[in-house]
Amino acid sequence: MTVLTVAPARRLPRARLRRIASLGLYRGQLELLQFFRGTETVVFSLLFPVFALVIFSSMFDGEIAPGVTYSDYLVPGIIATGLMVTGFQTLAISIAIERDRGGLKRIAATPMPRSAYFIGKVIMVLVTSVVETVVLVAVSVVLYGTHLPGTADAWLTFGWVSLLGVTACALCGIALSSLPRNSRSAPAVVAPFAFVLQFISGAALVFTDLPPWLQWIASAFPLKWMCQGLRSVFLPDSYAAQEAAHSWQLGWVAVALIAWVILGTVLCLATFRWTKTRDGG
Amino acid sequence: MRPLGDDTGPAIEVRGLRKLYGQTVALHDIDFEVSKGEIFAVLGPNGAGKTTTVEILEGFRPREGGTVKVLGEDPFRADEEWRARIGVVLQTTGEFEDLNVREVVRHFARYYPDAQDPDELIERVGLAEKRNARASKLSGGQQRRLDVALGIIGRPEVLFLDEPTTGFDPSSRRDFWQLIRDLATSGTTIVLTTHYLEEAEQLADRVAVIVGGRILDIGVPQTLGGRDTEATVVSWMGPDGLESVHTTAPTKFAADLHARLGGEAPGLTVHRPSLEDVYLQMIGADTAATAALASAAGVTTEDS
Repeated sequence: MTVLTVAPARRLPRARLRRIASLGLYRGQLELLQFFRGTETVVFSLLFPVFALVIFSSMFDGEIAPGVTYSDYLVPGIIATGLMVTGFQTLAISIAIERDRGGLKRIAATPMPRSAYFIGKVIMVLVTSVVETVVLVAVSVVLYGTHLPGTADAWLTFGWVSLLGVTACALCGIALSSLPRNSRSAPAVVAPFAFVLQFISGAALVFTDLPPWLQWIASAFPLKWMCQGLRSVFLPDSYAAQEAAHSWQLGWVAVALIAWVILGTVLCLATFRWTKTRDGG
Repeated sequence: MRPLGDDTGPAIEVRGLRKLYGQTVALHDIDFEVSKGEIFAVLGPNGAGKTTTVEILEGFRPREGGTVKVLGEDPFRADEEWRARIGVVLQTTGEFEDLNVREVVRHFARYYPDAQDPDELIERVGLAEKRNARASKLSGGQQRRLDVALGIIGRPEVLFLDEPTTGFDPSSRRDFWQLIRDLATSGTTIVLTTHYLEEAEQLADRVAVIVGGRILDIGVPQTLGGRDTEATVVSWMGPDGLESVHTTAPTKFAADLHARLGGEAPGLTVHRPSLEDVYLQMIGADTAATAALASAAGVTTEDS
């Protein structure tokens, strides 16, 4: 936040809000256009979770509990991972690159309200997350006979866990984008966070098989809670007893994700920069 | 709504501007003013403080001391309405790879209250044939034209250009200069940094030379660094080859030479120090060897 804090609004608040909303939507449209035209990003961020699902479930076979196969366990984990990839990884890397190339500075030099930029990013992340989740669920239904949630309650849980999870991830992604010094190092700085979390959060491996200390570490991050919340949607209720706490802990899922949304917001406000770090000249 | 008295003052007013990076002083209390409609060039070696100065004027950086007013407002505290009156042409960023020229220009037009017509602007910067080309497929010079288009789309009253013609071929550079002159004629105040001394000489009403965070000199290109009074080199072909003399009275010298030789001096040239000569002298480069040989300014120092 070293640069250009929000200027006092002199315009009528309502006209200003309308301007922010319309430019935010417009930016969202532009972000999506760019995203879907960038073939590599589409392939990697949308298909990567599909590949992960196929590869992992072909590696391990059999039931991990009565009536629950490893593939069943994997589906919610991979959906959560997909949300993390679109929300966190893709966003952190793309913003770091925009900043390094000066694209953020160019936007900051215009009278566009700063918030419109973030609204645009949020729209992009939400739309790509929905697309990604639909693709993953469709693949799991076809390949692994996954049952779609049967009750309105389950759909509701699916909705709020995904929304809170992807929001927390996106905010952390925006905050982390300020960490890499340049665009070349961005993937190297960002990817390890996502990679490690996938393995310790019950996304790729059965969470309760992990040593307790790893479980504790994982519990400090949002992915573990996203996976657990989504398991409550896709696995039979009987499986709740197999969880680390012998329950789905949906209350704690909400608490953990909301805490990360708050922390992510604070981190964003504290770290976001529109320009590269000082370079003299 | 513009502040009262805004139209009478200078476009840019800088008093005692001081910038620190940690313990290092990047700008030592610099002062200057730029009038409305003026083209003002900032020259200086890399790391001298050009970019820092311009970024403070653009509102991208805070300062440690002094007052800065651009269109009557402090850039670092200014709002979106001020931003709408400012244009910034940045170095090519390449973030629009997957969008075409028309999409990018129309997109930026949306941000401004009184934007130019995107298609006319594309025409004006010479990208009409490329309007449907993806930004990533443009040549270096074409990308710079796109950068310029994005900088002027909001009809700015003050336009900042950071090394605007890097990567241009000579003829597009001349087209570009004409575009800048036209903007200045229509009342736009222009601040540009450049490594091309010819560009400063061709375009600028006044030039400031910044070295080590201080303004060494500021003035019209013709008198910068005492260029108008500095010794002139008169050379001609004598019986034993090329002869040259440094003199502050070249007209008298040439007349005397004419009398002495009883006629025309063969191969006579009278060479005033070019902007490049005085510039290199000012920034401390050794110019003794090059002064006599220096041709017209415009030989460029390479940017980093």
